[in-house]
Amino acid sequence: MSSEETNGFNPTIIGFYCRWCTHAAADLAGTSRIPVSANVIGIRVPCSGRVDPSFIYDAFTKGADGVFIGGCHYGDCHYEDGNYSAFKRTKMLQKVIKEFGIEPERVRIEWISASEANKYKLTLDEFTETIRELGPLNWDKHLQERDYEKSV
Amino acid sequence: METGRIGVFICHCGTNIAGKISIEKLMDFARTLPFVDAVRDNKYTCSELGQSAIQDVIRERNLTHVVVAACSPSMHEKTFRNTIEKAGLNRYMLSICNLREMNTWVTEDNEVSLFKAKKLLAAAVRRVVTQKPLEEEKLPVTSRVVIVGAGIAGIEASLQLANADKEVVLVEREPSIGGQMARFDKTFPTLDCAACILTPKMVDVGQHPNITLMTYSEIEEVTGVPGKYDVKIRKKARSIDEVTCTGCGICEEECPIKKIPSEFYVGLKYRKAVYKPFPQAVPQYPVIDRKNCTYFLKGKCRICEKECPAGSIDFEQEDTFINVEAGALILATGFEPFDPVNIPHYHYGEYDNVFRAIEMETILNSSGPTGGDFFLRKDGKFTNSKPKSVGIIHCVGSRDENYNPYCSRVCCMYSLKYAHLIKERTDATIYQFYIDIRAFGKGYEEFYDRLQKECVIFIRGKPGKIIKTEQSGQEKLIVQVEDSLTQTPLHFPLDAVILSTALVSRPDAHEVANKFGIGCGSESFFRELHPKLAPVSTQVDGVFLAGACQGPKDIPDTVAQGAAAAAGALSLLSRGYIVNEPTIASIDEDLCSNCKMCISVCPYDAIAEDTEKKVAVLTASKCKGCGLCVSICPSGSIEQAYYSDDAILAEIKGIIETGKLKG
Repeated sequence: MSSEETNGFNPTIIGFYCRWCTHAAADLAGTSRIPVSANVIGIRVPCSGRVDPSFIYDAFTKGADGVFIGGCHYGDCHYEDGNYSAFKRTKMLQKVIKEFGIEPERVRIEWISASEANKYKLTLDEFTETIRELGPLNWDKHLQERDYEKSV
Repeated sequence: METGRIGVFICHCGTNIAGKISIEKLMDFARTLPFVDAVRDNKYTCSELGQSAIQDVIRERNLTHVVVAACSPSMHEKTFRNTIEKAGLNRYMLSICNLREMNTWVTEDNEVSLFKAKKLLAAAVRRVVTQKPLEEEKLPVTSRVVIVGAGIAGIEASLQLANADKEVVLVEREPSIGGQMARFDKTFPTLDCAACILTPKMVDVGQHPNITLMTYSEIEEVTGVPGKYDVKIRKKARSIDEVTCTGCGICEEECPIKKIPSEFYVGLKYRKAVYKPFPQAVPQYPVIDRKNCTYFLKGKCRICEKECPAGSIDFEQEDTFINVEAGALILATGFEPFDPVNIPHYHYGEYDNVFRAIEMETILNSSGPTGGDFFLRKDGKFTNSKPKSVGIIHCVGSRDENYNPYCSRVCCMYSLKYAHLIKERTDATIYQFYIDIRAFGKGYEEFYDRLQKECVIFIRGKPGKIIKTEQSGQEKLIVQVEDSLTQTPLHFPLDAVILSTALVSRPDAHEVANKFGIGCGSESFFRELHPKLAPVSTQVDGVFLAGACQGPKDIPDTVAQGAAAAAGALSLLSRGYIVNEPTIASIDEDLCSNCKMCISVCPYDAIAEDTEKKVAVLTASKCKGCGLCVSICPSGSIEQAYYSDDAILAEIKGIIETGKLKG
């Protein structure tokens, strides 16, 4: 993907990578030289269960177009069951953001083990395409306008 | 409000980073970021030169925080933490920007890569100023090692540690130690007898004063923290009193149940209901197989009990649980031979004279069913006729996308070994059907040369089919193969076919990995910390790997890894302490509303209610830093060190404020 070739919209996506699995899969994609969507910028977290819903709101409010969470497969969580919490919380969050007018597809959670560099690539590439199709969220601008309207 | 004097150090990593993005442009960008005081680049930041350059700038510019933009933090985070600590900074005032694995190695377009580099760098700079100095806690290490699996890897590790005067508890699931190697007759390429090199070591293990041997036992549960693991071991009821049993073998002689297929001889020999798996077993005590023992099935018999001169038979024995505290754990659980029943066109289990590799090891073994001779089978029983022609099919279940993509490393060599041994014992014509001969080890290529001179016929091609026919009253197996060197389809009528099966992971590998908190790779072999630089360490401190549980390997490599894992455990035990990551949670009592949600999510019972103060209280030593309580706390009273809300929000800010990638 080249900045010249793709016309129009290039989304900004925040990724939360569990340090035990998805972060290691990202490293493996690197050592295996597997090209991955450059739109997703990963943040290392100790567990997918560490991802506070407020981080996701914050990302959208600041101008992110999508949020990705990568955790360990069921039964593989380094902290026993943090990924279950992450999953439940994400599903709930998707319902809440829908009420705000944000498409639930803009948040995605996926289990990617440390050895699944290919799954990491495919998931991130696919998610980037999903967000590209959904178009810019511009939630930051939307909020500014709303505040402006309120103040008027 | 954060403040600081940040030093940004951008690594070229040779051409790994500098070949993709303009370091100059990234440095210019770095200078525009808040609180950045110094920006430097280096060809190899991890080199001694690169590290001392960081230390010089820290002192010169009086830096408070450091960002190193280089490879993945899993690679050199510890390295650079040490670097800045030596220059007087707290080791947690560092943030690594993963430019290589997460960017230059995986982004195709140079401009896009530069843009992503800016985002990653901005995130790291924004994050680093939120970081606070942290003190690492030193936890004492118990001077004892639990080793799981007593094949050659576990045996080697046990002996190395025991000889270094450390206490070892060696746990083996089977009634005897020895593992797969005990089944072999000869080992490649030297053809020395496996028993001659293994049994002395087995005896050493059995007699060593520092080794507590627990056979017929399994790991039930692993709890505790690195350096002080609590290992719960289930000692299965052997129905034999190990203290009084002399291993005389009278019980086995007298037992009337004779026709139970022996696990050790892969069903090619029979054993009794009270049995010793093989003559050289260590320990020498037998075990009663309760599933087949008449007394356990019908409530009578007890012949062994009557005959035992030492009165060691104990039908009432129950499984016992033993808790062992250990500073380090070594997993050496080995492999499983691939089951060729999964490949229908080779008709294993259906045609009498299609053998699998592990059967061949048993047949060629002098203590095996035929005393080491290779006889053909008819209706599942060995006859007296030896084969005149034998085909050996390589890569059965490995290097095959339908089964396992990886190379099992040892099959080529053991196939050559079979060719030699069969030729020696039957004088048959031998065909090797191979894809590539991989003779990578010391003396292996020479062995391959020797076999070619011994008139073994090598056909490059993977047989597509085995068909059973009759030729002048004799059963023949027709092997259909395309010789890929001449592209000719060939048919070989043979007496016997041997399938050189892959090495696969144990069926319960995932379950075991979960017990120990480690991970499995894509083929379910245990995952090492780093494939090259930390092949016996795992992501869990104090848990080491040895042998084929980490991936297929030959005996020399397995022994080397066993010793390496012992060295890893030994350095931990000798140092006497383990560093606990201080990235744990803390609770602000003033903000806590005592909703108890944190208590319900904590996987380690690290949080409890202080019933007097009506607040949640955290026990720091139990906290492992998962952050579950932090993200669930509705009043924001829990904060995690290093992975704080501020740090993560700062990263998001850094990423987004760098703007959108232009279309």
